[in-house]
Amino acid sequence: MMSRKELDLWVGVFVAIGLGALLFLALKVANLSAFSTSQTYAIIARFDNIGGLKVRAPVKAAGVVVGRVSEVGFDNQTFEATVTMSIDGRYKFPRDTSAKILTSGLLGEQYIGLSAGGDTAELKDGDTLKITQSAVVLENLISQFLYSKAAEGDNKKPQ
Amino acid sequence: MRKRITELLRDLGARVTGWIWRLGFASRFFAVMLLQSGTSFRRFHLTIREIYFAGVLSLVIILVSGLFVGMVLGLQGYDTLVRYGSAEALGVLVALSLLRELGPVVAALLFASRAGSAITAEIGLMKATEQLAAMEMMAVDPIARVVAPRFWAGVLSMPLLAALFSAMGIFGGYLVGVRMIGVDAGSFWSQMQSTVDFHEDVLNGVIKSAVFGVAITWIAVLEGYDAPPTAEGVSRATTRTVVTSSLAVLALDFVMTALMFRGV
Repeated sequence: MMSRKELDLWVGVFVAIGLGALLFLALKVANLSAFSTSQTYAIIARFDNIGGLKVRAPVKAAGVVVGRVSEVGFDNQTFEATVTMSIDGRYKFPRDTSAKILTSGLLGEQYIGLSAGGDTAELKDGDTLKITQSAVVLENLISQFLYSKAAEGDNKKPQ
Repeated sequence: MRKRITELLRDLGARVTGWIWRLGFASRFFAVMLLQSGTSFRRFHLTIREIYFAGVLSLVIILVSGLFVGMVLGLQGYDTLVRYGSAEALGVLVALSLLRELGPVVAALLFASRAGSAITAEIGLMKATEQLAAMEMMAVDPIARVVAPRFWAGVLSMPLLAALFSAMGIFGGYLVGVRMIGVDAGSFWSQMQSTVDFHEDVLNGVIKSAVFGVAITWIAVLEGYDAPPTAEGVSRATTRTVVTSSLAVLALDFVMTALMFRGV
């Protein structure tokens, strides 16, 4: 039979490496350190169509992740989608920043791209973006293409 | 003929009432165990001793299985992903499947067969050799002294074991994917980090494994405490522990997955 001291040592080692594994999962795998400590502020953007945008989708500016989509809602008055984003407090944007819904790769996830404008005033918590561009819906794109093809065909028909 | 049917119905009824009786007994036992667990924290060395038997001695099987499960995930995942030209997503595949499902579930199944069966056999033998009765004679409550420390040791060990299993598995996936096959190490980790969410994936996995720990050790101590005090009774109780707790783990996993990952 082991002495109590030896037992304590082994259990201590077990708990330590168990907690170490949890820490590894939190920091190295889930990258918890990226957003947890810094303050965030919310900005709102209205879109005619958000396509497949989901909550927790990244918000990128110049390709750098600066925040996440925190809420997606629907406005009953204007029939538009309202997207709330929480932006990392370290990043500041001018008031006339515009938001676009983009797709990473051909079939990848959708994200919001911010392009900064030239205003000297900065966006504050709760501000709404004025200029937005909706998601590209593949069906609309195809039907536009087919319409223009059909129109071309009509013009080319011998009179 | 009519006699056969009556017998069959009687048998069925007896089984159902027996099952309900057992469920009631299990709940009462659980409540008593929780009420009597003061001792296992006041005299924490009792629990530490059981953590040694349930947790530390399960380390080898958990670590080795985790490593191999991760390595197999790496090989199989690469084989499928490379057809769609997205071999860099291997890190995401390995990490998510381990954190959400395989880590908690496989660690729980191993824990049930490695530690759960040992708990049942030990308590069952204590009962068969009348050690529990002797304790009661000395005014020591066997539930407080024997059962509750084993229960809490299992509940505390299980999340740590599941985390170790997942961490080992991700390391195994890294070894096969990056070191052996040659997936780019940078995108392996960065895609994993951008997809895996702490609350959504890591914390839910920990919650799952804690629930599994409660279920397995509850079943194990109950079967041991309730075992008929014979050699055959103890052996049957040990088998029942492994079978019942494995089924409970899989059923609970389905329910929790349905609650946690709906529509995300």
